[in-house]
Amino acid sequence: MMIYRESGQFITSYRTDNRLFKLYQDRFSFYALLAFAFIVVPFIGNDYWFSAVLIPFLVLSLAGLGLNLLTGYAGQLSLGSAAFMAVGAFAAYNFHLRIDGLPFLVSFLFGGFTAAAVGVIFGLPSLRIKGFYLLVSTLAAQFFVQWALTNFAWFSHNSSSGVITAPQLIILGHDFSNPVGRYLLTLAIVVSLGFIARSIVKSEIGRQWMAVRDMDTAASVIGISVPKAKLLAFGISSFFLGIAGSLWAFTYLGTVEPHGFDLTRSFQILFIIIIGGMGSISGNFIGAAFIVLLPILLSVISNHLLSGAIDAGQLENFQKIIFGSLIIFFLIKEPNGLAKYWQTFRQRARVWPLRF
Amino acid sequence: MMGFFFEVLIGGLLSGVMYSLVAIGFVLIYKASGVFNFAQGSMVLFSALTFVSLLERHVPFWLAFAITMLTMIALAWAVERFVLRQLVNRPPITLFMATLGLSYIVEGLAQAVWGAQVHGLELGINDEPFEFLGLLLSQFDLFAAGVAGALVLLLSFLFNKTRTGIELRAVADDQLAALSVGIKLQKLWLIVWAVAGFVGLVAGLLWGARLGVQFSLSLIVLKALPVLIIGGFTSIEGAIVGGLIVGASEKLAEVYIGPIIGGGIENWFPYVLATVFLLIRPTGLFGEQTIERV
Repeated sequence: MMIYRESGQFITSYRTDNRLFKLYQDRFSFYALLAFAFIVVPFIGNDYWFSAVLIPFLVLSLAGLGLNLLTGYAGQLSLGSAAFMAVGAFAAYNFHLRIDGLPFLVSFLFGGFTAAAVGVIFGLPSLRIKGFYLLVSTLAAQFFVQWALTNFAWFSHNSSSGVITAPQLIILGHDFSNPVGRYLLTLAIVVSLGFIARSIVKSEIGRQWMAVRDMDTAASVIGISVPKAKLLAFGISSFFLGIAGSLWAFTYLGTVEPHGFDLTRSFQILFIIIIGGMGSISGNFIGAAFIVLLPILLSVISNHLLSGAIDAGQLENFQKIIFGSLIIFFLIKEPNGLAKYWQTFRQRARVWPLRF
Repeated sequence: MMGFFFEVLIGGLLSGVMYSLVAIGFVLIYKASGVFNFAQGSMVLFSALTFVSLLERHVPFWLAFAITMLTMIALAWAVERFVLRQLVNRPPITLFMATLGLSYIVEGLAQAVWGAQVHGLELGINDEPFEFLGLLLSQFDLFAAGVAGALVLLLSFLFNKTRTGIELRAVADDQLAALSVGIKLQKLWLIVWAVAGFVGLVAGLLWGARLGVQFSLSLIVLKALPVLIIGGFTSIEGAIVGGLIVGASEKLAEVYIGPIIGGGIENWFPYVLATVFLLIRPTGLFGEQTIERV
């Protein structure tokens, strides 16, 4: 008996062909997973899990998603992801602070739009510059944004060293400030943006991005407007990153300074999409889980098995070596990332017990 | 007033030479293998840290230099064997990301073996300013410029006059054609990474003597990047010229524009400058123009 019984499930209309999950088994397990995350997890999780594992996991997944749209789908390499997160966070903070009575979800949204605008500006050079040369304009974004946010006290409402603090997370009179509330809020935002991203990459614009990624000269020959596709990629990607930045600042950390969005963060997000899988939506979640859990796992191992024989500094060095090796390993063995393993497994399950 | 301008300008040009030193290492590897080697900065850190740690264990200067060079050759071998060889024929972006991973490994390794504390490095050149035609110049910077000049001469000799150099140029021109006339790609990669390691060691010693040997050395890769972009990835002369432009404009901007908009602009100014340069010349000043075909 096959695990996946596909017989009798026919695609009869364009609408059904466009569904997120074409098999009802997939649909069922996805909704079951969502139900588990929304209903069961809040009861079984504790504060440590919410604050130190689940929320950063969700936020980093969203950030990875944003970068993946730009790099994985549209093929534009970026080392400035953290800058766009910072723009989102600081813009949301300022909108909330300076416009009285603005619901903070709306200020999140405005923060995302601001990040999108900044993303488009720094994406403009991509119209003329290609490949590695593009690194320079995204790095310009990274350094310039960090400098501007640190240097101009207006952005952080004149607080010392640019630190901003989260407003009260109240929606419709409901307080979401406790760990469970922050988790649910983050989850809801990330899941809905995940749906949107999935729809975007399945739409015309997503197909245009992939054409540009695979060969932009060829794409322009078949009538795709390459500048429009590239700028949209920068804008939409930065919107996602901006929302991720707001979440990072307000639901995860609660207080953040520009330094929290430095180049290391940009690299971290890039690693998420390399490990998880470029050009994949689910890969971002797998990659983010990996990047959040690995340091925890390593410190647990060193504390329990080696009974703390390795000091913290040395542990960080080993962590770097392991991360570096893993990245090279994935690039060599599985360039499509962990998401590809999942797909292979699923394919096996579909035809089991046969081999092909 | 004019004197001050020239002082800043020359100081900037000389510090630009230091950036060029790092950029040259990039250019070598990019020319020979098309790899954009982000790990060059961590190679600088690794070599300088190894060298200074050996010195501190009372190894004589030249012996320490030789041992460090051997370590860099071993590193080049490992990179060729375990990374490059496995990634033949992959898109350049994949190779770039592999060097990103490599930089993590090399940094982690350097600090795991030698520790994370700051080491002082004394090369026996005093870093005192002296007067020349009424301008205050740094002796150390002049020395660094001399070293860079010697290095460029040495490398251009290597590239133009030796058999290996001609092979390297063939590979840079067309890998497949080079392979078909019997050039051993793997041997060349090993050589070019070892030479880049040597350049990294020289840069590491000079930078280390100036800033102290510490983790931040690996961050000079970020200074070298705009230099490369302005000069073009494939030209050693470009790396020098780019370094001079970045060094001079960065210092001048810090002095003249900095006070107006709040200082600390050294971090991003070279990048904005490089972006502007690219808008005019998309492959840098000396980069090769490529024709795209579908």
